[in-house]
Amino acid sequence: MSKSNIESDAGLNVRMVITGLLLLVLYMIIVGVLLALKLSFTFVIVIAGAMLFSQYFFSDKIAMFSMRAHEVTAAEEPQLHAIVDRLCLLANMPKPRIGVAEIDIPNAFATGRSPKAAVVCATRGIMNRLSDEELEAVLAHELSHVAHRDVAVMTIASGVGMLAGLVGRMAMWGAMLGGGDNRNSNDNNGAIELVVWLVSIVISIVAYLLTMALSRYRELAADRSGAILIGKPSVLASALVRITGDIGRIPRTDLRKAEGMNAFFFAPALAGGTAASLFSTHPSLEKRLDALSKLERELNGHA
Amino acid sequence: MGLFDTVFGRTKQVQPKLDNLFALPTAALTLRTSLDLVPSGHAGLCFKAGSGEIEVNSDADIMSLLNFEAGADAATIATDDLGFKWLLLTNEDLDELVTRLHSANETLVEHGLGPRLLCAVFGFSPARPPGEGAVKMVYLFKQGSWYPFAPIAAQDRNNELELRVRSFLGTDLPIEKDLSRWMALWGLPVS
Repeated sequence: MSKSNIESDAGLNVRMVITGLLLLVLYMIIVGVLLALKLSFTFVIVIAGAMLFSQYFFSDKIAMFSMRAHEVTAAEEPQLHAIVDRLCLLANMPKPRIGVAEIDIPNAFATGRSPKAAVVCATRGIMNRLSDEELEAVLAHELSHVAHRDVAVMTIASGVGMLAGLVGRMAMWGAMLGGGDNRNSNDNNGAIELVVWLVSIVISIVAYLLTMALSRYRELAADRSGAILIGKPSVLASALVRITGDIGRIPRTDLRKAEGMNAFFFAPALAGGTAASLFSTHPSLEKRLDALSKLERELNGHA
Repeated sequence: MGLFDTVFGRTKQVQPKLDNLFALPTAALTLRTSLDLVPSGHAGLCFKAGSGEIEVNSDADIMSLLNFEAGADAATIATDDLGFKWLLLTNEDLDELVTRLHSANETLVEHGLGPRLLCAVFGFSPARPPGEGAVKMVYLFKQGSWYPFAPIAAQDRNNELELRVRSFLGTDLPIEKDLSRWMALWGLPVS
């Protein structure tokens, strides 16, 4: 991995390592449970591995599809390409592909298994709302996700939850099927499988919470690196204010054009999860602004 | 919608709520004292032309339907780029402007055009130009609620000012709570 010119934050690193270690402990517990079950061990691993691998390998296509984004050429979106070109030169990283989603919700995301296969995507809503400087800050945040390999990290992190879910389901089937015929010999087994099922539910929940925490740390890390890359944390802060909270919810769509679909008007869900989607699985706005203003002071030498 | 409407996939046409219009003159006082915005004297009623109980396709049809006294109000009909009709009224007195617009509404509703009413817009401009820019108060007939719209360029709006209007008018006007309904009206003919 080529080293990008993006610095890291020691305190944030410690928290991320702790979260990662806790996830590792969960992995061990789930493997222990599998060993206790004795059966179908390889089968579970193979299925979980295949699911994780496809999630990882096709992450760009999955995220682009779920956001209805399409790739754009430099001729179609010269401004967007020019900003990304400049940032990639600054950060010394390969230029990712660029996509645009034709929706009014202000959002941006980065996805793809490696910096070489990455896609950085912005919605029409974010491009309409932000100034060029603010858009640059948001894209710097997204490029930081690419440089940090957040898709790989989050895919591996979410693997525990997936594994726990699979084990739980198999234990449940086992209990149901086993309970049917020759009951006497299987009484004990059924009880074990019930326990396994409960344990895997608990592990799923804990893994989910840890994964979300990790996701928030990664967001803060990307905020930091992006802000350092452009050298102006305050610009990223103003972009955040303009696209989240109340202001972000005020549409740019024309009332007269939206009128026909008012009956079907529901709040569109943002794609989150492994696609490192900006501004949804996320630290609170206040936290991000605090971190950015602290960074601003550090950059000005008042640390 | 009731259960059977859902089962059979029917939608009832939504009748407009007209009464909340009269809350505007009170709110105008707050706008003047808090944000230095005064009524511009212009208002518009936006609706989609088409066949109601009677044919109203030409502008003359609409005007004869509304039956305005000549000279009492400056009233014109305009068609915008998106094919919507605008009844444009001018009157320096906001109370009268609201009343005239309301009576036009009622006439359209009587003739079966109620479901076609989209919104009413009242212009407000800074008392001491340039100030912070003009604001339009938009009334949604289907929701019976108001929201501010402050366009500053072809496709840009001053969200900060709009949110400030909301914070001042919160008690005077039924402001649309769902911000995602604060749709833009780009290039609207009301100044």
